[in-house]
Amino acid sequence: MTIAARTAKPSQFLKGATGDWEVVIGLEVHAQVASNAKLFSGASTAFGGAPNDHVSLVDAAMPGMLPVINEECVAQAVRTGLGLEAQINLRSVFDRKNYFYPDLPQGYQISQYKSPIVGEGIVHLDMEGGETVEVGVERLHLEQDAGKSIHDLSPTSTYVDLNRSGVALMEIVSKPDMRSADEAKAYLSKLRTILRYLGTCDGDMDKGNMRADVNVSVRKPGGALGTRCEIKNVNSIRFVGQAIDYEARRQIGIIEDGGTIKQETRLFDPGKGETRSMRSKEEAHDYRYFPDPDLLPLEFGQDWVDALKAELPELPDAKKARFVSQYGVTPYDAMVLTLERASADFFEEVARGRDAKIAANWVINELFGRLNKEGKGIEASPVSAAQLGGIIDLILDGTISGKIAKDLFEIVWTEGGDPKELVESRGLKQVTDTGAIEAAVDAVIAANPDKVEQAKAKPTLAGWFVGQVMKQTGGKANPQAVNEILKAKLGLE
Amino acid sequence: MSVDRSTVVRVAHLARIRVAEEEVDKLQGELNSILGFVEQLSELDVSGVEPLTSVVPIAMKKRADVVTDGAIPKKVTQNAPQAEDDFFVVPKVVE
Repeated sequence: MTIAARTAKPSQFLKGATGDWEVVIGLEVHAQVASNAKLFSGASTAFGGAPNDHVSLVDAAMPGMLPVINEECVAQAVRTGLGLEAQINLRSVFDRKNYFYPDLPQGYQISQYKSPIVGEGIVHLDMEGGETVEVGVERLHLEQDAGKSIHDLSPTSTYVDLNRSGVALMEIVSKPDMRSADEAKAYLSKLRTILRYLGTCDGDMDKGNMRADVNVSVRKPGGALGTRCEIKNVNSIRFVGQAIDYEARRQIGIIEDGGTIKQETRLFDPGKGETRSMRSKEEAHDYRYFPDPDLLPLEFGQDWVDALKAELPELPDAKKARFVSQYGVTPYDAMVLTLERASADFFEEVARGRDAKIAANWVINELFGRLNKEGKGIEASPVSAAQLGGIIDLILDGTISGKIAKDLFEIVWTEGGDPKELVESRGLKQVTDTGAIEAAVDAVIAANPDKVEQAKAKPTLAGWFVGQVMKQTGGKANPQAVNEILKAKLGLE
Repeated sequence: MSVDRSTVVRVAHLARIRVAEEEVDKLQGELNSILGFVEQLSELDVSGVEPLTSVVPIAMKKRADVVTDGAIPKKVTQNAPQAEDDFFVVPKVVE
């Protein structure tokens, strides 16, 4: 998909004083490769170590140290490429990107410039309303992360910790195929889902192991591309959306006031919700890329790629399609269920041998709803798939009503236990004994003669009686039985 | 291709090498003579010839994904002009 080929839908246009504007967005995502050791050294990649504890002499760029590549990091990049339906390059080259900064001890970053390990690919976005948008991936390359500079420990000095120095990153560059903040957010979220399915990146944005540089420009719908600005290092999906909205408005304002956009690097300030220019450097960056003489070209065979491909897990798009066809759930529900691999597995365990739509309903509305409310992930769910399945079984065999099931869910959530035993021990069983229900109905009718008269004139009032009977029976009466008996006694049928 | 004085100064700055004003002329001459030699080489037609990356046909050595190094913060920082609590300490840099 080329830039010219796709113009946003009119509903995505931004209104300006001179008419409609279209936003054009491309993302460069830095995703930390999930690995034990660094890209070119044997030091740990674990998060949060003591200062300079996860640093080898290679990472500190001591003279004479040579990089040796971690094969697993290469495999992770290839897996990611396969997950993005991308071309895998059997030969790629590492280059030196030269610049000076205290947290870059080598004085250069080992990266891939002309020959990346992964070429063009594609990400399918599921937008609201069932629309699918395809975003092209330009390339994916492997590179080293830099160390961390800490500026607030001293008024006169900067403290440098090299624990991150040399950790493997995948830079995933999209084509400028996105046309709204929502599409950019959906892209980032989908990319994160794919990476997490593949197990190639933890996708934990709080820990900085996924961050995005956002390229934004505006143009008249379908017109020539505008000058772009790059917003660096945005570290949450929500902030990406805010940064784009602000930046697009800023650019439209400048152009409509007769100004021109200066190509520059900007920073997003989450506190103020705005982007601002990074203090402009004295000179444009001149990275003087050249092939790293310490490293041979990275080469592997198609058979190795095929072996990695054979071991890939089912990916989100395939799983979503299977959920729709196998379980008959809606595409939207399938998307929600497959956002995380663990959630999808949980659902499948609940749905096994049960009505899948009811299972989907309980997993999405009750369980996910509750987990979200408490900020918990599926792994930390107090209710297991077996327990939730047990609750659903009790509804389906008529032991408890849907309403009691929600109370039971609450008990299992807070106290744990076997749903079936809880129903027995707490007396939650649905009353299907017509004698008991009739007695309750009679009592309600006897106590409310005026309402009985009104109900005869206005049958919808029967609902009030159902409520009263349910109250009397502590919610345990079978609602259907109550309805039937009531209608008969009130002479409504 | 030849370099002028300002290019010499710029390249020196990019490489963070301090070059005194009176050294520039000499360096300009040296750089131009190196570039002249490279230009002479570029007279050869090498279209279709892959760049030589190694004189013997060997594949890049690879490592298993195992933590085998680290936990030596004192060694890492021992040559630093200034260090504190295992951090390197450098003059303040703010973007």
